[in-house]
Amino acid sequence: MAHFTKATSVKDWLNQRLAIETVEKVMMSEYWIPKNINFLWAMGMVLVVTFVLLLVSGIFLLMYYVPTVDEAFYSVNYTIMREVDFGWLWRHIHGVAASVVFLVIYIHMFTGIYYGSYKKGREMIWISGMLLFVAFSAEAFSGYMLPWGQMSYWAGMVITNLFSGGSLHADALVEWIRGDYVPAQAFLGRFFMLHVLLIPLAIVGLIGLHFAALRIPHVNNQDGEEIDFNAESKKYLDGDKAGSKVMRFANDFMSKDMMVVGIFLIFLFYLVFWNYSFALDPVNFDPADGLKTPEHIYPEWYFLWSYEILRPFNIDLGLVLFGFAQVIFVFLPFLDRSPNTCPANRRGTMFKVWFWLMLSNMIVLTAMGKLPPEGIFSTIGLVAAIVFVVQWIALPFITSREKKV
Amino acid sequence: MKNKEPIILIVVIFFSLVTYYLVEPFAHGVMHKHVDSENFQYADLPALTKSGNVANGEELIINAGCTGCHSMEKAGMPAPMDAVTAAQSYGVNPPDLSEVGALYDDKFLADLIKNPAHALKVEHKFDASKGEMHPMVPFYGMGGDIDQEVADMVAYLKNLAVSPSDVTPAMAFENACGRCHAVEYENWTQIGTKPSFKHEKDSLAFDIQVLEYEDSLKKYMGKLPPDLSSYIRSRSEDFLITFIENPQNHLAGTAMPRVGVTADTAEKVLEYMRDAGDTKRHERESIGKVVMIYIVIFAIFAFLWKKQVWRDLH
Repeated sequence: MAHFTKATSVKDWLNQRLAIETVEKVMMSEYWIPKNINFLWAMGMVLVVTFVLLLVSGIFLLMYYVPTVDEAFYSVNYTIMREVDFGWLWRHIHGVAASVVFLVIYIHMFTGIYYGSYKKGREMIWISGMLLFVAFSAEAFSGYMLPWGQMSYWAGMVITNLFSGGSLHADALVEWIRGDYVPAQAFLGRFFMLHVLLIPLAIVGLIGLHFAALRIPHVNNQDGEEIDFNAESKKYLDGDKAGSKVMRFANDFMSKDMMVVGIFLIFLFYLVFWNYSFALDPVNFDPADGLKTPEHIYPEWYFLWSYEILRPFNIDLGLVLFGFAQVIFVFLPFLDRSPNTCPANRRGTMFKVWFWLMLSNMIVLTAMGKLPPEGIFSTIGLVAAIVFVVQWIALPFITSREKKV
Repeated sequence: MKNKEPIILIVVIFFSLVTYYLVEPFAHGVMHKHVDSENFQYADLPALTKSGNVANGEELIINAGCTGCHSMEKAGMPAPMDAVTAAQSYGVNPPDLSEVGALYDDKFLADLIKNPAHALKVEHKFDASKGEMHPMVPFYGMGGDIDQEVADMVAYLKNLAVSPSDVTPAMAFENACGRCHAVEYENWTQIGTKPSFKHEKDSLAFDIQVLEYEDSLKKYMGKLPPDLSSYIRSRSEDFLITFIENPQNHLAGTAMPRVGVTADTAEKVLEYMRDAGDTKRHERESIGKVVMIYIVIFAIFAFLWKKQVWRDLH
């Protein structure tokens, strides 16, 4: 057993047992961050804050939500929206933050792609991040079922139908997932459990992994420069704060994180109070009705790009490409064969075009995924979906020919 | 080191806004048919050319037999039968006439009296030439100038009703919409506000009456008209206004009649629906302002803290 001495203070007592000083150094004051970064590096903290908002508002909603097909809609739209003090506020925060969190995730992702932050020892950061994306997607989808409105019901119907596998006609699998022939009580009950317990647990675990994956390779910087963290941190600790290439995570970078968080929250709460319909779809304010299909069924905006990769093809090919789109981002660190870790704009024309085309094309896919698949929109959607797939297939070839910069 | 943050911020905002524009205003503009408001002018209906006489109107209303089906509580005339029985006879409970002069457009009332299916725009459903008569019997005149007689009746109804500025949201909704549409969140049923009962069996008895009424309504309308509790959130206000004004413009062939409300009454109906489905909107406005002030102060402090910490870093 380790040797313990009589504590001289509460801090000392804790320090002997929990090594709080070491932990503080490792996680905060001697967690070295390059200075050569911009506000995009604060998106992680923005995501943490948004996740906390979702968690806290979700806890309040959970106190009044009733997960039964007869009561769910009423408990959300009457009990929470009218009866519970500030219930409407929790719901609006939860709904809007759930949508905005994906905007920040996409910014965070494309930041990573642009600066090559998935390369050379940072592969696990990327992979754990993509697993988080999958977990957040599942969390968003399961949460969308809970108000049991028209869009909950029909989106649940459409998405679970995908598991029939097209020509495979795996209807038994679909029934197994639903627990019924159509979305009903068993379906709502299990998605409720997933939304409030299993997936949040997975998310918290994955956030831990994502942070841990970052600690060893450190965060990337604006030029992809390899930094000698030992030498630079020594310089900093010796007093040459201005000359060192690194800074402390706390309070140095934390102060900037908080500044960005402050600006982000102004934007978020503007949406919560004055512009929330994009996140709380009007169609979902009609109660679920299995006999009345809504005129347009579309997923939330953040799923639209992958939905549009499914739609323009016949069901079998569509499903294959949809599956491809779901998983392909995870493999980015291995598909990018380039020796360079630097901003996309400096990696030569090929990758520069690849990056900006990928971003623009996903926006095109997002727009076409919402529009009715008719006339010119289905043609644009088809072309954009093909471009998406071709870009990923081409990635290893164009990156392996990239010159070292 | 050149500060690239402004340009990066512009790029991020640009791509976010383009995405937002495409999936929200643009996509919804494509998906939803745009219907121009007719500003409640009822331009298809003939203008009233005669000025009415209130005393004559009162006599005409009684002699023409209006009160055989309609109550006129304010003039001391109760409903000839209860709502459930009335719905069994006519499909829907005929409205009380006490306040109709304030709720509905004059031209509409005049046309309704003479030719209900025409004013209500349900001639596709009630075609007199095929013997499909609207349950409301048209007024064929009492022997004089029919236009004068109708003008007198409208004048009487306007005189009987409250001033249009005293119309409450509930008054507007209950008379114009509430005999077909329930609003569960406001405790409103098609036969009136559900009272709180001491005994469950009384409560159940009331529910049974509502169900019986709804059975008649279903037969009359083809399906049960929807509960409107959260329609203010599920439909845009623009949709609701243009739909109320003329349901056929949005849904050609619908059994829902044009109800002929004035622009003021339509606004009151919307106010009622806001109270039902967006009850906390005033609180949202006021709390919103307070939260924004708080967050802006937070952001200012965060900015000052950052400035102070970073002073030594450069």
